[in-house]
This record gives sequence, C-alpha cells and structure tokens, in this order.
Amino acid sequence: MTGSFRTASGGRIDRAKPLAFRFDGTTYYGFQGDTLASALIANGVHLMGRSFKYHRPRGVVSAGSDEPNALVDVRRDDARTTPNLRATQVELYEGLVATSQNRWPSLAFDAGAMNDLFSPFLPAGFYYKTFMWPAGAWKRFYEPKIRAMAGLGVAPTLPDPDRYTQHYAHCDVLVIGAGPAGIAAALAASATGARVMLVDEQAEFGGSLLAETAATLDGKPAQQWLADGLETLAASGNVTLRTRTTAFGYFPHNMIALAERVTEHLASPNPNLPRERLWQVRATEVVIAAGALERPLVFPENDRPGVMLADAGRTYLTRYGAKPGTRATVFTACDSGYRAALELAAGGVEVAAIADLRPQVHGDWAAKALDAGIDVRPSTVVTGTLGRRRVSGAHLAKLKAGAVGPAETVACDLVLMSGGFTPSVHMFSQSRGKLVYDPALQVYLPGTSVERERSAGACRGVYGLKAVIEDGYARGEGAAKDAGFGTSSPRAFAVEAAELGTDGFIGAVPHGRNPAFAKAFVDWQNDVTSKDIALATREGFRSIEHVKRYTTTGMATDQGKSSNMNALGIVSEQLGVGVPQIGLTTFRPPFTPTTFGIFAGAARGDLFDPIRTTPIHDWAAERGAAFEDVSLWKRAHYFPKTGEDMHAAVARECKAVRSSAGIFDASTLGKIEIVGPDAAEFMNRMYTNAWTKLEPGRLRYGVMLREDGFVMDDGVVGRLSHDRFHVTTTTGGAPRVLAHMEDYLQTEWPDLDVWLTSTTEQWAVIAVQGPKSREILQPLMDDIDLSRAAFPHMSVREGHVCGVPTRVFSVSFTGELGFEVNVPAEHGRAIWEAIFKAGAPYGITPYGTETMHVLRAEKGYIIVGQETDGTAVPDDVNLGWAVGKAKRDFVGKRSLERAAMSAPDRKQLVGLLTTDPKIVLEEGAQIVAEPGVKVPSPHPVPMLGFVTSSYASATLERSIALAMIKGGRARIGTKLHVPMPGGSIEVTVVEPSFYDPKGERFDA
Amino acid sequence: MLIINCPWCGARPEIEFRYGGEAHIARPADPSALSDQEWADFLYNRTNPKGRHAERWRHIHGCGRYFNAVRDTVSDFFVATYKAGEPRPDIAGETK
Ligand SMILES: [Zn+2]
Repeated sequence: MTGSFRTASGGRIDRAKPLAFRFDGTTYYGFQGDTLASALIANGVHLMGRSFKYHRPRGVVSAGSDEPNALVDVRRDDARTTPNLRATQVELYEGLVATSQNRWPSLAFDAGAMNDLFSPFLPAGFYYKTFMWPAGAWKRFYEPKIRAMAGLGVAPTLPDPDRYTQHYAHCDVLVIGAGPAGIAAALAASATGARVMLVDEQAEFGGSLLAETAATLDGKPAQQWLADGLETLAASGNVTLRTRTTAFGYFPHNMIALAERVTEHLASPNPNLPRERLWQVRATEVVIAAGALERPLVFPENDRPGVMLADAGRTYLTRYGAKPGTRATVFTACDSGYRAALELAAGGVEVAAIADLRPQVHGDWAAKALDAGIDVRPSTVVTGTLGRRRVSGAHLAKLKAGAVGPAETVACDLVLMSGGFTPSVHMFSQSRGKLVYDPALQVYLPGTSVERERSAGACRGVYGLKAVIEDGYARGEGAAKDAGFGTSSPRAFAVEAAELGTDGFIGAVPHGRNPAFAKAFVDWQNDVTSKDIALATREGFRSIEHVKRYTTTGMATDQGKSSNMNALGIVSEQLGVGVPQIGLTTFRPPFTPTTFGIFAGAARGDLFDPIRTTPIHDWAAERGAAFEDVSLWKRAHYFPKTGEDMHAAVARECKAVRSSAGIFDASTLGKIEIVGPDAAEFMNRMYTNAWTKLEPGRLRYGVMLREDGFVMDDGVVGRLSHDRFHVTTTTGGAPRVLAHMEDYLQTEWPDLDVWLTSTTEQWAVIAVQGPKSREILQPLMDDIDLSRAAFPHMSVREGHVCGVPTRVFSVSFTGELGFEVNVPAEHGRAIWEAIFKAGAPYGITPYGTETMHVLRAEKGYIIVGQETDGTAVPDDVNLGWAVGKAKRDFVGKRSLERAAMSAPDRKQLVGLLTTDPKIVLEEGAQIVAEPGVKVPSPHPVPMLGFVTSSYASATLERSIALAMIKGGRARIGTKLHVPMPGGSIEVTVVEPSFYDPKGERFDA
Repeated sequence: MLIINCPWCGARPEIEFRYGGEAHIARPADPSALSDQEWADFLYNRTNPKGRHAERWRHIHGCGRYFNAVRDTVSDFFVATYKAGEPRPDIAGETK
C-alpha cells in the first residue's frame, strides 16, 4: 500500500509508520522519513509540475534544496497554504495535501502547453522584444496575461495565522552544513571547549552520509559513525544542534541569518510553537561545510519526467527506499554516474546502458559496471529522449573527433545524468569572499576571505570521503584556535569509501541535431535552453550578468544552483573565451526561498510599529473619540456625539471653543528642557528669534531652521529662569529637533554649558481654550493668579493645580483666550477630569485635532509640514517677524542671505476664499491664473501654487483655505482658479487670517 | 550587520547607530563673511571618496554621543572610531 516502487527494506524511512497524503487530489501512502518527492517516486509518480514558460511536463531532478522543477503548493487550510515549496524538502506527514503548480486545468492536460508548440516564437528576451507595441498595451494586456500564464504558486489571501519568532545567538564556531565535513568540524571544534553551533537545512544531520550504504568510517558503517558522532556532539554540552535550519544569509562581521522550520513537518503542530524561527547568529568563526551540488548535463529533452541527477536517483533508492524507475540509462561525465548505476543495479533497477562522455574511464568503475553486466559506452552522448509525461527512451550516439554519429534508441523510464559536482560557494560568496576559477575542476572555489570564515570539504573542491572528513576536522580545529581556543587532540580517520575522482563537464553537450527542434535545458525552472544562451551571445551580450538578465537563466527561485556553471560553459564556448573572463553572477541571500513571516516576526498588526498614547488617551477612548495617527501617536481626532459625523462634531466643537470653552489633549507636543548657564546663547543659535531679552516667566513663539535656511520646526518656548527653557516642538518633529540640537551642541559648540533633556512623555498638556477658560481654571489653581494683570498672554507660571505641580502657559493656538496646563504625566488624567468637571457648568467641550486644525486655520496659523514642505523660508509663511535681524548668527541665517531666498516670486502663504462659499477646496489642489481649466487639461497650464489647508468653518459659515502661491502677497485681492476634474473653481486671494485678525480676543 | 565600536561604550551592533554625514567639516565661525559659493561648499559639497572616509556617527540608541569614524566605502568596514574633537587618525595601509 505504500508504493509499488518501494524497496523491500533499507533506507532511513520508518516502515512502521505509514502516512497517507494527497497530491493533486489523489491519495497516496508513504512513510515517516519520506519527503513528498521520495513518497511520490515510491508511488511511481514522476510528473510533479509544469514548467514556467513552456508548461512542459516536469519531474523531480534532484533530492535536495537545489530542486528546480518539483515546486508544489502545500495546503493546511485557506490561510496556511504555502506555494513554491520544493517537493524534495517537504517532509511527509499524515494528511499532507499538496498540489502541483503551473498547470491548468490539470497536470496531465495543460492548456498552456501550447506555449511549447509556439516556442520558436518565445526565444530569449521575448518579453523585451515582443510586447513593446502598442504603447500602453504592456500594462493593460501583456503583463496581466503573461503573469497569469507564467506565474508560480498562488499565495493565500488571508492573513498568516502562524507565529514567527526572532532570536539572537552567539557562538565561537558556527558550522554551516552537517555532512561529513561539517560533523568532523563540529567534533574538532567542540573538543577544544569552544561553543559550537551546527546547523543543517535537512530534517536530519549527515548530508551525503545519509545515502551512504557502502563506506565504513573508523571500521563502522558510515551511518553508524554518523550516529555515534552526533551522540558525542549532543553529549558535549557546548554544542547547539539545529536541524531543518537553513543558513540563508551571510552578513557583515559574521552575522549569519538562519531560518529554522519548527512545525512545518508536523501533522498537528503544537499551537504554542512558532512556525519558524529567525536566528541572527553572531559567530566568532564560521566553518562553511555546504558540500557540492551535482551538475546536470545539457542535452536535448533533458527535462522529461524521469530524467534526474545520478546521485539524486541513488539517494532516492538508498536513503528513502524508493526506486526511481525500472530501467535506467545513465549519461555521465564523471564517476558519479557509475556509482549510481551500480547501486541501482544492486537495488533491483535494470541499467540499460552507461553513456560516458569521456573517451577513457579511469579507475575500476568501468570494470565493475561491466562485471555487473552493464553496457558501458565511452565517448557517447545522449542526443535526445522520448516520452511525454515520462521518459520512455534515450537516443545514444557515439562521439568521434567531435562529430556525433548516428543515434540508437534505448528504452528506459529513467535517465540519470551527472556532469560532475559544483562546490556550493553561495555562503562564501555572500560573505564577500573572492572566488577563484579552478580550470582543472572547472568550478569556482573559495579564494580570499573577507570574513572570519573558512570552507571545508566539497564546498572548497575537496572530494573523497576520507579527504573531506580530514579537511573538516582540520578546519573545525583551526576555527576554534582562531576563536581563541586550544587545539583538539590529533585524530586519524580510517575511511573505506569509493573514490569518485574529479571529472566533470560544463556547457552544452554536442548532439548533432537541428538546433531548431532540440531543446536542451540549462535552467529548468525558468525554461532557459542552451539555444537561448547562444542567441544572447549572438545578439551581443558578453557579460554573464547581462546574459543572465536577458535570458533569465539563474534568476528563478533556485538561483541557478544547477544551471550557473553550464550557462557559463555555453557562453565560454560561444565566445571562445575562458570562463573566468566571462565573470560569475552574484550570489545573494536568501540561499533558498524564505518566508516573509520570518522577517516580519512579531512586527505585525498592533506590533507593526510602536503606538504612543497620552495619559488622557483612555478618557478619550471611553468618550467614543475617533483617533488619528500622528507620527507614532494616537490622537483624538474628534468626539462625535450620537448621530454626529465628523463634520457635525467639528462644527459643534469649534463653536464651543469660540463661545465658551474647549478642552484639548496637547500632550503629544514635543518637549525639551534646555538648562545651563549658556542656555539662552544656545537658544539664540538654534532659533531665528532673539532670546537674551526674554524675561523669565514669558513665552515666545520660536522658529527653527535647518542650516539651508528652510523652516524645520516651530513651537512655543517658555523661559522659566535665567538658565532654563521649556521648549515645545511639533508632535512629529520632537526626535528630529532634539537630534538637531544635540548635533550642534556636541559637535559644533561643545564649549557651551547646556543640557538637553527630552521631557515629552514627562508632561501631560491640557489645553483649555475659549473665553471662559480663565473662569474655569482659576478655582483649581492653588497658588497661581490667572488674572489678566498678573498673567498676561504669552506667559508661563509655575505652581500647583489641585495640589499637583504645574507649569501653566497662557498661550493660544485657537485665537481665543487660552491656557495650557502642564502637569506630570501620572497626574494627567486626574487633572483633566478635574478641569472637565469644573468646566461642566460652562459647557466645556472636549475637542480633537480636527477642530484644532480648523481653529488655527481660521487664525492663519501655519502647521510646519502642512503649509511648509522643506522649501519655505520664514518670510514665505509670514514669519519674517520672528527672525532676529540683529543677531550675528543662527542656524540657517547665512542661507537666508542668499538672493533667491527673498525673491518676490517665491511661493508665499495667502488665504483663499472660494466664490461659492459652500465649496471646500481639496488640499493639494493646484492653483492657476487661467480660468475654466478642467483636469486633465488638454494644454499645459502654468502652476502658481497649491492649497495647503482647507476646511469648512462653522464660525465663518463658509469654507476657508490656506495656500502657497508664487508672489502670493502681491496677488491679494485678485481672482485665481483651481482646476479640478469636475471643472474649475474660482477663488479670491486674501490675507491668511480669517478670524479676529487683530488678536483682540487673547486677552478677552 | 556591522559591529561598530563606540568610543564611549565599546562594540555594539549597527542598529544602535545613526549615520551623520562626512566628518571634520567645521561650521564656519562667521558664516556671513563667506561668499555664496563658499557657503554652498560648506553646506552641500562633500568628498564622497572611494576608500577611506571620515564620517560622523551617533550612538543614538546608546550613549547618544556623536563620534567620528574612518570607514572604507569599498569594503563597508570600519577602520577606526574616535571621539569628536580628536584628529583623524593616521592609518597606514590600503583598502582591504
Ligand atoms: Zn556609545
């Protein structure tokens, strides 16, 4: 019941634990320890997907993370559906549901396969060449169609319900990869007492040892040696072992990012566990033991299901007990094909022939194969394959002096190929180490290091089990020594293992067929053929980086793990230049596709960004306030009563402030305490205003510029004593202003004796505004006289309110008589409630930021960042009066002296009144002189400026707006126009102060 | 992620710091004495070298101090860090 291609015994699967799973709607059975790929192979299923561009039937090619073809969606529920998983890495669990990708309506019959018939019209660069015309068609037509046809898996649309955690870890030696080299390195490093972390992307440690059935190590079978070694590591106390953990990124100073899949392999994940963990490991020293990837051979129709890498075929048999076919043809350029052929033959798979690209076969591999009754053919190529959804035969032809002879067809349902091995230099390259080409091995190997790392074993071109283990041990020991630990005891390894040599082939194999009808795939996942790459070179591409982008070779989710070297080989042959001259594409993180969840971690929903709330926040929330985000703060936007919309609530709130009193939470204002003997001098240099003569107890509106002369921030500043200022900033500008001040204080004027302290969150600020504000507040004051004579407008007094220390400002951002009561934050809500209670007889009304905006706009007060945009000087926004002309210097002063800063045609702040008082202009709308323009305009219209603020004013019973207009002050009294999609709106330019322009109400 | 050596706190990860532009550009003592061109040079023009670059960093999530650093813009690695006000160290050797 668990598959007709399952061997009777052997492998690392647990035959006592059968598992049912579904693939494309059909139920199959596998065993604990299977991957989805091995379980399907055990069931004789090789067709696992359709290709990206031509929708050709595709089977599994590899047995690991380099798999280009067998991409599947694995579905747990509507929210937990993961696309683009490699079936070779999906561990089987009871009830697993997987579907193939890129097929419609079904895998066996796919409508998109018509692309394959049209493939002569879909050459390299076809996206660039074909879909250029007519203008605009790309966005409307081609792109959506191509995306629909050529997409990979489909991501779920529901929010991800799983949890992802992020961790930091430190170790002395990190070993990446737990094959023989990595195990040996970890053993050596841990023996010195170093803290070692050993990680591997697979479900179990061992790498190539997991498929090893013949070799012995220290007199033990390889897998026993592995088990003993892992036991030693686990028992050592200084080694952290993490399986299912991919080192996917190598960042500066030995920061390695690991993705650990915690529950992905479980049928019923523990809900208390995260799905994945991100580990950011800072390692003193790193050993990269990433192994080598077997290289495919590029021959025609090498993409049929049933064509796979030789060592993958062997791995399915020996590690998973799954026969990859019944009759195999082996096409090889190295000894790996022989080893696979012999082990498959021993495992009950008939081997029809070995086609060896090499004229001579070294060692005793050929003899062994002949002894096993296998037809060994040197100097032979596969010139094509037969079959559609499964390979059914291979054409074999002799190579004679470079010419391909007549082909003979060999029936088979499995073609194993091996072009040799490519060291996995991804992590080394990511660490910015320099790769060097080894012409003998025809591969790139790690050269000069940048980080404190070293490669060990096959990933640096060391082959052969004995050499790999000895190299791993020596490198592990060296890493520990470099991390400051002693040497481990010298250790000799007795290894009996087959030697595979170092032969290989890169590029496209000659086939002698008409190239128009021969598709030899280089990059399976992106459907790039040798012909596409040859075409790119004919069209003038020379650098591999350009060939890559033009043909898309190596740009799929497997990042060219199997294709890069063959692509280089083809370009090299086409151009007649050596591989090193063509260059190598850049290896970038992630090594394998990584979930977004792991990067987001907990930073989603309410935790996406910090949320800042004021001490009065809960009171506002209880009163049903609507909130708006202002930088990180939640601010009460308005306080709707039952049945009110924002417009109605704001009209009521405005009227209350103008007629009696309103109460407003201004706690979010930035606050900086500036203290020291040189505080006034520092203020003089940081603000445009003059501060020396400001008396203690008085307030002043301050304007801050950047050094380039443009308005950066503003706020009311109180002088509490000779050497102490209470500075306020805009809500969003507080951190920026403090950093700006610290910058000058620390780096330009370290001689000034001043201290800066952020007090934003120390003070709750309760603004009480309106003609009744004095009457409401006075009874609550323990020791502050609010009378007009004792406490004039723009003053600050320290004392107590309801027994709580306070700083009271007589300040108004509304145009009415008003006070801002600063109290320590922990008393904020109590004092707010006390004031609210005291104001009840006067109808005191809580108001939000929208009303605040309307009231200040009626007065023509600017908001930095709304009226200004980083290009306004003080005079542009009518703040020229705040610039201390007599001051010798302040930040931005020299820039204001530039002629352009006082040009008459600069944009200046003005008011706008629509001719129709009911029309409320749109903020951001453009302003022109030409009447009657409708958007979009058929002809260019010079833009004079734009609307910066616009509201319906309940007080004025009409709309009002502020605008920045070129030479605006000279245009006061003239009519201008605001073109909109619905037609042009006529406006009159007016002074930017609509209400009580003389300011008579402040001291009402 | 780089490790940056704050002259006040020691080695800390990069995320604790904020870049502050080129170092050793002193604000003129009397800006008004400068021509527009001289002022523009001070305000806008920077060396942007390939290789060793002296620059300001602030340990914003640590001690809050501005300090100076020599960083190699090719390798991205820091060559030296030193306190504000100290001269740029004379470091021998070429770009690593
Ligand atoms: Zn510090």
